[in-house]
Amino acid sequence: MIGMEDKVSFFKDGLRLDGRRPDELRPIKMEVGVLARADGSCYMEMGDNRVIAAVYGPREVHPRHLQEATRAIVRYRYNMASFSVEERKRPGPDRRSYEVSKVSREALEPVILTSYFPKSVVDIFVEVLQADAGTRTAGINAASVALADAGIPMKSLISSCAAGKVDGEIVLDPMKIEDNLGEADVPIAMTPGGDITLLQMDGRLTPEEFRRALELAKTGCQQIYEIQRKVLIDRYSSISGSECSDEASALAEEEI
Amino acid sequence: MSDVVMAEIRKDYLYHLVLKGERADGRVFDEYRDIDVETGPIRKADGSARVRLGKTQVMVGVKIQPGEPFSDTPNKGVIITNAELVPLASPNFEPGPPNEFGIELARVVDRGVRESGAIDLEALCITPGEKVWIVFIDVHILDDCGNLMDASSLGAIAALMTAKVPAAQYNLGEDYPLPVKDVPVATTAVEFGGATIFDPDTDEESVADTKLTVITTADGSVCGMQKSGPGFISQDHIYRIVDIACERAREIREKFLEV
Repeated sequence: MIGMEDKVSFFKDGLRLDGRRPDELRPIKMEVGVLARADGSCYMEMGDNRVIAAVYGPREVHPRHLQEATRAIVRYRYNMASFSVEERKRPGPDRRSYEVSKVSREALEPVILTSYFPKSVVDIFVEVLQADAGTRTAGINAASVALADAGIPMKSLISSCAAGKVDGEIVLDPMKIEDNLGEADVPIAMTPGGDITLLQMDGRLTPEEFRRALELAKTGCQQIYEIQRKVLIDRYSSISGSECSDEASALAEEEI
Repeated sequence: MSDVVMAEIRKDYLYHLVLKGERADGRVFDEYRDIDVETGPIRKADGSARVRLGKTQVMVGVKIQPGEPFSDTPNKGVIITNAELVPLASPNFEPGPPNEFGIELARVVDRGVRESGAIDLEALCITPGEKVWIVFIDVHILDDCGNLMDASSLGAIAALMTAKVPAAQYNLGEDYPLPVKDVPVATTAVEFGGATIFDPDTDEESVADTKLTVITTADGSVCGMQKSGPGFISQDHIYRIVDIACERAREIREKFLEV
């Protein structure tokens, strides 16, 4: 992040390189129930990011020694396809994916009612098909909707988004070039009520700039929440009652 | 099952204490345990530090060797950080490849060093595109009594500040001190029972759902953060932790790193 090689100007007439305002998200597309075998799934585009999330469970835990007597465990596997980035990535997990998987799981676990399903597991799999900065946030957004699609009881949805600093300015949802050459990146995830479940930061910010970044990322999460809500309601209001699982319809009603 | 029961009992006890504004070892909520930093205990390393944070003990060794730069940064040195949670340090650690805690620990320590710009990477270029100095930071946990993040980060910067680039050994001129430009310090707090508690011990870590590590630089900026644990944290609490973190980090920097 620190030490720019080439001096790039990130703003033209107050707009960013892709024409966005500093406080604007990239275009978002979400689709629910895109996989036949999974219990719940969601596809998401966030700018040039393409991610797909699947949820399996609650189901039996293998290996057995991982099971917990009083609650379900949650597993989250974030995986990048080898073709998802500029230079081919070696397939399989690296240290970065282990860390992203850990913090993403911890971003969703607080809202999952794990005590309803002792000795079982909720498996969440996120595949990044194309990456353009913000894949962990896109993965969490998709996974949250996939959990709802699977009918997993949750306290709320989780929405996730980053803020960054480029050319001294705080911007929402940095894209690849802003992330690479920018001065800071702050990905967060939160409930609609504003409780934060993911917070990371790298780069350099004064405490005051950090506050502004967090506030801005929050506005991004709120907009994403509305989209998540809408795709779920659209999906489940178009299905006849018998096809629609109880939990999911309960969720849709609650949200309306 | 007995582990579950024990955890519940311990949780109850610590919750009750917290409600009375107390901690099991008598500290106030934002008080650190005693810190001791010893630099240079390992002669074979190019830089080393042993940190004691209460009963937690961490050894950090720095090795510097010539190697190839990354293709996208041909004129910059390389930092590689590893953490070993060896089974000697805790009944909960097992031999084998690093688990996610070890990986997270190494990556957060790395984030502090890297993002603060603590090491002048351009000064570590030997021949652009061909040969640069590679700085290996290896964190060896010796005794886990809680808050490995802060102890390891402190060990890393203390070891780097006293490290020498072993140029003579490779016929690349005379040895010289590793150029260190900033002094990142990590400060960690956990939350449970509505309270925010700094420098948690293992019991406090085990009952808390949320942990936040804030890494600050010498000029009081924030250069790294990591929330971990399956819990929530409110915006107000984050801001308060950042404020206290800046203060604690300044004290640690002045007292133990003489900056």
